[in-house]
Amino acid sequence: MRVGVVTFPGSNCDYDLYKAAQQIGAKVEFIWHRQKNLDGYDALMLPGGFSYGDYLRAGAIARISPVMEDIIGFAENGGPVLGICNGFQILCEAGLLPGSLVRNASLRFESKDIHVLVEQTDTPFTSEYQKGQILRMPIAHGEGNYEADDQLLEELEAEGRVVFRYVSSDGELSEEANPNGSKNSIAGLSNKSGNVLGMMPHPERAMEEILGSIDGVGVFLSLATNLSTVVL
Amino acid sequence: MNHFRMEILVKPRPGLLDPQGKAIHHALRSLGWSDTQDVRVGKAIYIDLEAEDSDTALQTAQAMCRKILANPVTEDFEVSIVENTERITA
Repeated sequence: MRVGVVTFPGSNCDYDLYKAAQQIGAKVEFIWHRQKNLDGYDALMLPGGFSYGDYLRAGAIARISPVMEDIIGFAENGGPVLGICNGFQILCEAGLLPGSLVRNASLRFESKDIHVLVEQTDTPFTSEYQKGQILRMPIAHGEGNYEADDQLLEELEAEGRVVFRYVSSDGELSEEANPNGSKNSIAGLSNKSGNVLGMMPHPERAMEEILGSIDGVGVFLSLATNLSTVVL
Repeated sequence: MNHFRMEILVKPRPGLLDPQGKAIHHALRSLGWSDTQDVRVGKAIYIDLEAEDSDTALQTAQAMCRKILANPVTEDFEVSIVENTERITA
């Protein structure tokens, strides 16, 4: 299994992501944002950080990086693509995921552990979880407030594309449990075919007991399981 | 070719929660401007460009907005020409 972690100028979770993918046995390589030709990768991951200083809008400048054209092609051919935090913002700006992430309703940079409910296990990144499982993971972002119009929200809900939703530790939906004001408490969502996942929480920082949670392991384990069962 | 200075206003779409505007609204009210009804915060982008005529300049700036400067999910934009004579250096 060969996983590419895409580094943009200003990415800062790329090493965490590298380690996380390595932990489940992947051969991991960094991909510089100027790289063309992504042949031979089984999955691509866009890390968190502040690509291009978040200038203009978070992810707006990263999405015109030379590497993005191939990432879009890879995703359109069904390749698994995971965007975490800034990676999620870039995927939205690039049009691989609908909607947009705007300033947190609190106006604060939110850095803390939160809980999410697993709502969709039919993706290459969540198949090892159970529907209804509650995960604890860190968030660290200033612009994670998911914004979409009512029509798009209805579509996302009807198609079961909300993968993770912010909840309290006992699984209740509430305003307090929603750390950034996201519409419908959306913490993570997939594209129509399910191979592209964007999420604000950081599973790559919840990989070892000593870090406080191992609830993120399932994201990477799911990918490993899915790729090993794919007959090419 | 003529020189144009374009002013591009990028504004949060109506109905979209604008927490920054809300915070400023609160600040203005606490400073005594209690009649303040609403505050919305956007950004102004100034672009100097060379174009055949003002229509072309406007079209170019609008294309820039659609491509990158504004996010259609959350923002509206307005384009106008503020200078079309000598290059102004700040």
